[in-house]
Amino acid sequence: MTPLSRREFLSAGVAAGAGLVIGFYLPHSGSSAQNHGFAPNAYLRITSDDKVTIVVARSEMGQGVRTALPMILAEELEADWKKIEIEQAGADPALYGDQQTGSSASVKISWDPLRKAGASAREMLISAAALEWGVPRSGCRAENSSVVHAATNRRLSYGHLAAKAADLPIPVAPPLKDAKDYKLVGTRVARLDTPSKVDGSAVFGIDFRVPDMKYALLARCPVIGGTVASFDDQEAKKISGVSYVGKIGESAVAVVADSVWGAMEARRALNVTWDEGPNHDLNTEAVYDLLKQSANGKAAVLYETGDVSKVAGRKIEATYQTPLMAHAAMEPGNCTAHFRGSNCEIWGPMQWPPDVRDAVAKAVGLDPGEVKINVTLLGGGFGRRLDHDYAVEAALVSKAAKVPVKVIWTREDDMRFSAYRPASYHLLHAVLDGSGWPVAFSHRIVEPSVNTQKGFPPVVQGVDVDLPDEAGLIYSFPNARRDYVMTVTPVPPAYMRSVYGLETAFACESFIDELATAAGKDPLEYRLHLLAKDEDIKFFDTTWKTARMRGVLQLTAEKAGWGKSLPAGHYQGIACFGCFGTYMAEVVEISMENDQPRVHRVVGAMDCGQVINPNILEQQIQGGVIFALCNALRCQITIAKGRVVQGNFDEYQPIRMNEAPVVEAYFVASTEAPTGAGEPPIPPLAPALCNAIYAATKNRIRSLPVMG
Amino acid sequence: MADFSLQVNGSERKVNVSPETPLLWVLRDTLQLTGTKFGCGAGLCGACTVHVEGAAVRSCSTPVSQVAGKSILTIEGLGAKGPHPLQQAWIAEDVPQCGYCQSGQIMQAAALLAKTPSPSEAQIVEAMTGNICRCGTYDRIRKAIQRAANGGAR
Repeated sequence: MTPLSRREFLSAGVAAGAGLVIGFYLPHSGSSAQNHGFAPNAYLRITSDDKVTIVVARSEMGQGVRTALPMILAEELEADWKKIEIEQAGADPALYGDQQTGSSASVKISWDPLRKAGASAREMLISAAALEWGVPRSGCRAENSSVVHAATNRRLSYGHLAAKAADLPIPVAPPLKDAKDYKLVGTRVARLDTPSKVDGSAVFGIDFRVPDMKYALLARCPVIGGTVASFDDQEAKKISGVSYVGKIGESAVAVVADSVWGAMEARRALNVTWDEGPNHDLNTEAVYDLLKQSANGKAAVLYETGDVSKVAGRKIEATYQTPLMAHAAMEPGNCTAHFRGSNCEIWGPMQWPPDVRDAVAKAVGLDPGEVKINVTLLGGGFGRRLDHDYAVEAALVSKAAKVPVKVIWTREDDMRFSAYRPASYHLLHAVLDGSGWPVAFSHRIVEPSVNTQKGFPPVVQGVDVDLPDEAGLIYSFPNARRDYVMTVTPVPPAYMRSVYGLETAFACESFIDELATAAGKDPLEYRLHLLAKDEDIKFFDTTWKTARMRGVLQLTAEKAGWGKSLPAGHYQGIACFGCFGTYMAEVVEISMENDQPRVHRVVGAMDCGQVINPNILEQQIQGGVIFALCNALRCQITIAKGRVVQGNFDEYQPIRMNEAPVVEAYFVASTEAPTGAGEPPIPPLAPALCNAIYAATKNRIRSLPVMG
Repeated sequence: MADFSLQVNGSERKVNVSPETPLLWVLRDTLQLTGTKFGCGAGLCGACTVHVEGAAVRSCSTPVSQVAGKSILTIEGLGAKGPHPLQQAWIAEDVPQCGYCQSGQIMQAAALLAKTPSPSEAQIVEAMTGNICRCGTYDRIRKAIQRAANGGAR
């Protein structure tokens, strides 16, 4: 075994508590992801008191990284799972890389480095024990945070061995365990964060406090892009406990008080005159019009095979559209900041700590190294907390008011002054042969580019950075084309769970159903026919396999009883989609009540390679379906006179228990390298639902939400 | 500003706040009991649910003046004498994802079981429909309530 290069291992040394410290740098992944965070990290610390601490450098927003990532490392380390402790990393790109929690990537890109880190440490601990005993290391094995000498049954704990192991060279290619020997990975391990989430002790961003902290709310211009013309703070300052009122940036006024309620009262008493700016007449129809007007503009090709323009036969065309959507995480926006002149510290729920650090530094005039970031638990993220606006505001208020301050967004603030899943428009076209099979298929996606509008350049000319992960076409057509027209609308765009996947799948998988109907064929059989041959379909850096998509379709159909008799008045719809390297299919079963769909049951099957924790995977599938159902059925953001109409959960109504269907989650047993699980359950839901509605009513839904 | 005396988790707590201050903010800011969450501020999501005299109440929409002298139970007090059966069931079913709404969910469920120890599925759904979970943990919530009602067995 030869030592690792410095690039791969930043440090291996004796920690303050006399122990083995292994920090490891995880190299950047694929070219398409440069701006989107594919360089996670972790950090292992074993101290002489037998404590094994694993630092998680991804944000816990419910998806289970504080359990799943440590499991991967602990598996190779042969650590006693019951004694694992978890630490959350701050922003430290030098040590941890990009640290963006997004793109369903935490497990995918941590898998190899975390296994290697655990295995390296294990091998060093075994060597340390062999040296101490003066026996060949081949006679020693690691188990349960100890090294055992098989011949004599002697045992030394990792804590005992830590200091000695730290002096040994780090193996560059430690042997990795065979999947059949896994004890943790692949098992239903209970989440480590659950106990703190049932007794009120878990600390979310909104719960965090620092001494002498004040609370702030901001009055923001109700019109997108508008600014503060003037403000009168006379009444606001009369509210007990108000210590500061002032303009923050160009479009907001902050009030700072001793309590949240005081700040709320002061904001109500504040009188701001707004300059509504250029969007004062903007409405939802104008946003859709912008999309439709650019539909015939210059398109960037995402995928092309054959030539769709030269195929004769029966032509079928349709257009689809999806609305603006809000994340509406249960924890409203908030961030705590303390600007101290020469430095600034931030505490908050965030998905991209280094970006927050850089943005805060720029906003308050410091170097990034002078900004310290502390990541709390996130009360939901769904992509909204990839934005740094919460933190920048808090830092600016702290600087202006000269106090440590927690900025809190009310629910209405969070709904109305957010960034949104962009509205989208789709042109679909197919040519069927005499048997009804498609010999040409084309899909044009017309939509703003989230990344480009946030300042991240396209991955190639005209192609948003996210599209390679979320717009794959995984059918085998003789002639096919998917392209993309990048548009701009005044509405701030956000990454939202599955990003482009939701709308791409809605349009494509509904249209595939239209083709099956036109051909007089069963929707499942139609899809399986298009996946019948074992083929590799290359889409940017991802190689999709028709066999794996076929696998999830067949598993879902079998579990859902596709084609079997259903309760009277029940109908099923099916859809499949691949994103972030993961294959997913869903069957939605509905009945119609008063012309509206009632969803009884959703069956989902996923192929995400090696499953780390079926318990958490099941949560992601169940939760993803419920999350997607809300937007498929009714939740949308609309704009009137430049203002977001919806404010609270009476106008943007998530699914509640009385509407929540039974969700059955299945996965394909696999030892392929793991891919993401948080977002892939989203895209198939809306088309499967609308295909079920078609089965029930012969009414084809081409615009979301269904109940819009 | 006015003085109020509250019975919170079995202890008397004196606070000096404006009378219209919602109980939620008195609990969170004044008494530093942050297990009770702010979700909507309008009684629409249930994240702020606590018990007042044993009944589930939305603390975001309840002025402190209305609960002076009354007995208030928060998530921190629910398991003060050992974990509540619901908390044990929540762990057994591994209910939470992000976890933010779960204090309110558990308090809502605790009020249900106190009144209806063996609720039907329909009674569970009716009692819990006021509580939103954006992570979509409803299936496990339902199972956890049934487990707790069933003495910890599934």
